[in-house]
Order: sequence, then C-alpha cells, then structure tokens
Amino acid sequence: MTESAAVEVRRASVALGGRPVLRGVDLAVVPGDFVALMGANGSGKSTLVRAMVGLRPLVGGEVRLFGTPLDEYDAWSRIGYVPQRATAGSGIPASVWEVVAAGRLTRRKLLRPLSKADRAVIDDALEVVGLADRRRDAVTNLSGGQQQRVLIARALAGEPELFFLDEPTAGVDLPNQQVLADTLGRLKERGATIVLVAHELGPLAPLVDRAVVLRDGRVAYDGPALRDHEVHQPWFAEPHTHHHHHDHVPHPSTPLGTEPHLPGDRP
Amino acid sequence: MTALQLFNEPFMQRALIAALLTGLAAPAIGTFLVQRRLALMGDGIGHVAVTGVALGLATGASPLWTAVLVAVLGAVLIEVIRERGQTNGDVALALLFYGGLAGGIFISGLGGQSAAALNRYLFGSLTTISSADVLVTMVLAIAVVGLCVGLAPQLFAVAQDQEFARVAGLRVRVYNVLVAVLAAVSVTVAMRTVGLLLVSALMVVPVATAQQLTRSFRSTIGAAMVLGTLASVGGLVAATFASYEVTVAPGPTIVLLALACYAVAWPIGIWQRHRARLREPFAPGEAVVSHEACGEHPHAHGPGCGHLAVPHDDHVDYVHDGHRHAVHGAHYDEH
Ligand SMILES: Nc1ncnc2c1ncn2[C@@H]1O[C@H](COP(=O)(O)OP(=O)(O)OP(=O)(O)O)[C@@H](O)[C@H]1O
Ligand SMILES: [Mg+2]
Ligand SMILES: [Zn+2]
Ligand SMILES: [Zn+2]
Ligand SMILES: [Zn+2]
Ligand SMILES: [Zn+2]
Repeated sequence: MTESAAVEVRRASVALGGRPVLRGVDLAVVPGDFVALMGANGSGKSTLVRAMVGLRPLVGGEVRLFGTPLDEYDAWSRIGYVPQRATAGSGIPASVWEVVAAGRLTRRKLLRPLSKADRAVIDDALEVVGLADRRRDAVTNLSGGQQQRVLIARALAGEPELFFLDEPTAGVDLPNQQVLADTLGRLKERGATIVLVAHELGPLAPLVDRAVVLRDGRVAYDGPALRDHEVHQPWFAEPHTHHHHHDHVPHPSTPLGTEPHLPGDRP
Repeated sequence: MTALQLFNEPFMQRALIAALLTGLAAPAIGTFLVQRRLALMGDGIGHVAVTGVALGLATGASPLWTAVLVAVLGAVLIEVIRERGQTNGDVALALLFYGGLAGGIFISGLGGQSAAALNRYLFGSLTTISSADVLVTMVLAIAVVGLCVGLAPQLFAVAQDQEFARVAGLRVRVYNVLVAVLAAVSVTVAMRTVGLLLVSALMVVPVATAQQLTRSFRSTIGAAMVLGTLASVGGLVAATFASYEVTVAPGPTIVLLALACYAVAWPIGIWQRHRARLREPFAPGEAVVSHEACGEHPHAHGPGCGHLAVPHDDHVDYVHDGHRHAVHGAHYDEH
C-alpha cells in the first residue's frame, strides 16, 4: 500500500441492486496528478467516484484517502466533490450564494458565523465560475449549465486539495469550459489532485496527465492521456468484438504497459 | 368584559405567549420539512401525538409530556422508515398516521374520557393552558427556534443535497433525526394553540406563502416565521373576540388567517416573477447578426412611452406584443 497516494482503490467491488457494477478496480492517484476517468455510458465511472468519496458501500476491496481507510477518514475539508447532473434546487428557493456557501461548511465550526476570510473565498469561487452578478438569484432560475457551474463553485469554496469532478463540463458552453480549464490548471500548479470524469475533454485535454478507461465495471486502460476518439475504439466500448481482431489488438483485460498499442493510433 | 379586561386575564396572556412562540417555532422547522419535500410530515406526527395525549389523559400523567414522548418516538420511526424503504415508504407512513389517530381515540374511550378533553388538543383551546404548560412550551419553543436558526447552515446543506453534505463530512443521519425530533417537539408546542389536527398547516402554509415572494433560503425562513407569528397571534385574538358571540376554537381561525395570507401573496408572487422575467437584460450580441426592420409602426417609443424598456448591449429594446423594438434611425428594428 503506497502511503503517498491521495486516493487509492484496491480490488474494489460495488454491487447495485444485486448486480455487480464495479469488479475488482485498482487505481492509485498520487498527489498532483490529473486523472481523466473515461468510458461508455453505464461503464461505472460515477459509481467509482461515488465509492471513492464514500457514497457507495464496497462489497469487496478497500478505498483509502490520503492513506487513511475510508471508514476512519474525517479530513473532509481536503475533498471537493462535484456530482453528476445533480439539480441544485430543492423545495425552498435557495440563492446561488447560499448553495456555494454550503461548500464552505467543511471548514466552519458549529454555531459560528462566516468569517471575512470565508466570505472572500465564497466570492472568489463565484467570480471564477462567472456567476458573481447572479449571486442573489434563485438557483432554479438558472439554466442547466449555469447550475452546473454553481456546483463547481460550491466545491471550490471548500478550498480542497483533492477534487472529484463527475462530468463538470456537461452542458457548459465552450468559453466557460475554458474558464474551468484555466482554474483547474491553476489549482494543479498549486499541487491539487484532480480526478475528472468526462466524455469530451475539450479545453481540459492539455491538463490531463493520465487516462483511465472503464469498461463494464473493470479498468480497460490505464496510461497516458488519450484523445477523445480513442476512448471509443471498438475494443473499449464493446466487450465481444475483440476476437475479430485477435491478432493485432491487445486483450482489454491484459495489463497494458506505459506505452499501450492502440488501434488507429496515428503518429 | 371589554377587550382590554380580557387581555389582562392571566389565561389570555398565557395563551398569547403560547401563540407567539408557536408562530415562531412551527414555520422555522416547517421550512426544513418543505425543503426536504416532507410537507406532510408534521401532519403525520400530529396524528401520532394524539395517542400520546390520550395516554396522558387516561393515566393521569401530563398530556404534554406523554405527547412529546410519543411524538418524538413516532417522528424517529417515520424518519427510519423514510430512510430505509424507498418503494412503499409512504404506505408505511400512512399506517402510522391512522394508527396514531385511531389509537388515541380508542385509548381515550377506554380511559372514560369525555370527547371534550381530547378535543381541546385536537383543535386547540385558549382557556385551559396552565402556567406550568406555558413554561414548558416556552422552553421547548425556544430550543426549537434556537437550533433551527443556529444550525441553519448545516440543516440547509443536508436538506439541499444529502450526498454533497455527506462528502462535506456532515453527519447526515444525525441531522435528519434532529429535524424529525424538532418537528415532533414543535407539534406538541403547537397543540394547545392550533391543535394537533391543524398543526401541520402552521408549519407549511407560512412557508408556502413566504416562498411566493422570496429568492433565498434565508429570507424564506425569516418571512415564514414573521407570517407564522402574525397568523398565530392574529388568529388567537380574532377567535377571542368572536367568542363573545359564539364559541370559536383558535386553531381553525389561525389556519384560515394563514391561508388568507397565502391567497394574498400568491397573485403578488406571480406578478413579481413575471415582471422579473420581463426586466431581465437581453443577452449581448445576436441583434447584430441580422438586420430586420419592423414594418408599419405608428407609435413612437421613448422614455415613458408606456412600454417596458429592457437594456440590450449599448441601447434599449422596447418590449410590446411579443416584439423587441430598438430605435434605428427613423425606423425600428426587430431585436
Ligand atoms: N442506483 C442504482 N441502482 C442500480 N443500478 C445502478 C444505480 N446507479 C447506477 N446503476 C447501474 O450501474 C452501472 C454504472 O452506472 P454509472 O452511473 O457508474 O455509469 P457511468 O459510467 O457514470 O455512466 P454515464 O456516462 O452515463 O454517467 C449502470 O449499468 C447502471 O445501470
Ligand atoms: Mg456518470
Ligand atoms: Zn434598421
Ligand atoms: Zn413605446
Ligand atoms: Zn436590442
Ligand atoms: Zn414597437
């Protein structure tokens, strides 16, 4: 077990509704790494991220955050989580500012008002996602992409060092994706660790150090960053096509070296 | 007896204190229930508390304390059922509600209690609140309001996005049970003024009224507490005056007053939202892409012309009849 990993997953299995969804996943992310988690719809990316933050119980294996097993882990201020397609609304109107301020709770003591520093960080987070002028609006009055940006700001407000971003750019327009990429780039320079789920990397592509591709609940590829289209090579997407190319395509479940041979790889 | 004399009566002062605190506490916790989309939970706890009151009446123990006890147990049970079962959770809740109400009426029958004794708790009653009851009510209500306001950031986060709250390290289950317990306590606080069968209205209606006009959580909970207090105290006073002629229970008066506030706020809310949508500045650009002059246009737009003027880039668009008209030389453009 490497003590130095920011997040380490060993032989993790997760079952949902009695069906195995993750099967013996191994993954270790060292501090400062930018990992892109990719794979087809339903391949288990969100489930893996949720298992890593403790939202999905494991049926086998273990997860460690900063060397501590998940059950004993309590330094949640170091973790930032942006869920996939969560609606930011609820039964009562909530302003943009209030939702983002909730992200600061990891660093607030019970029954203490927000300090000046807390407010400054919340304002910064709103500034970064470009919603500072809409802070008083009800979240439900924002568009889907704007709500997604509110959830990103909420994670930023906690000033975490380990980010789990589950498709943060889905439904976000290109200029704002670029802004997010710049922000994540700055965080990365400061040593933040980022685990990002994405189908299209877009402006985030240059930041990615390492790609992990899931297929049907198993790690199908773990190595240097891939271009978007490479993830959807037939042998990643469909489990039963590999025998047609048996001679020249590596079997998905065989461990791949650091320089994987990819079909369709162009120089 | 004149009105002034009436307000000097100790029982009336006790009733006013109870109404004031009820009006503050019930909407405070009600806001968190509505935020979780559990608006009817107060109703369920109210039904369960009927059994508690009947137990107290039958055994000679204080109905207030037995009601607190049974309501808290019922609320925690409801919370556990809610957390466990997703599919038939509401059926289980319904069983609990009806069991509570039927059990209460059954027990009070066994104990040989008159229906009138139970009725005082079902629909509220002014004249029967003892000083000891007022003291307990005060302590409990202040505890509810204090916790709701003090822990508002945490309770807000848990109700807004449970999973995010868990990743933020909040003990979600503890907060969920706390909300259930606070709801149970405020039900018993409110039972002497509004009555158990209508208590949920005071938890929900002021909140529903407030959110017609608000855009943030903080202003919603604040406005709901103000409206709840107005309805509760106002309803009590109205019921007292009406009681000169006929016997009017305070509970229904309070609830009707709260509903009247809602009826007033509802159209204002619609109009306010409509206006806010209309006045929102238009997104920049777009207009430059295509030039489309509007045809026949006898009316001259300008400041105070009677049409809504909405900022757009460096000019204003005048909005009328589904068009956005911008001045361009001697004619108007469609933007
Ligand atoms: N709550 C649930 N109960 C039962 N099965 C579930 C549940 N959530 C997800 N699954 C199943 O688990 C599998 C993996 O889902 P997951 O959400 O992790 O996929 P994903 O890779 O994130 O997909 P996407 O790209 O669509 O976000 C899917 O087959 C899905 O049907
Ligand atoms: Mg997903
Ligand atoms: Zn023109
Ligand atoms: Zn005009
Ligand atoms: Zn215009
Ligand atoms: Zn016009």
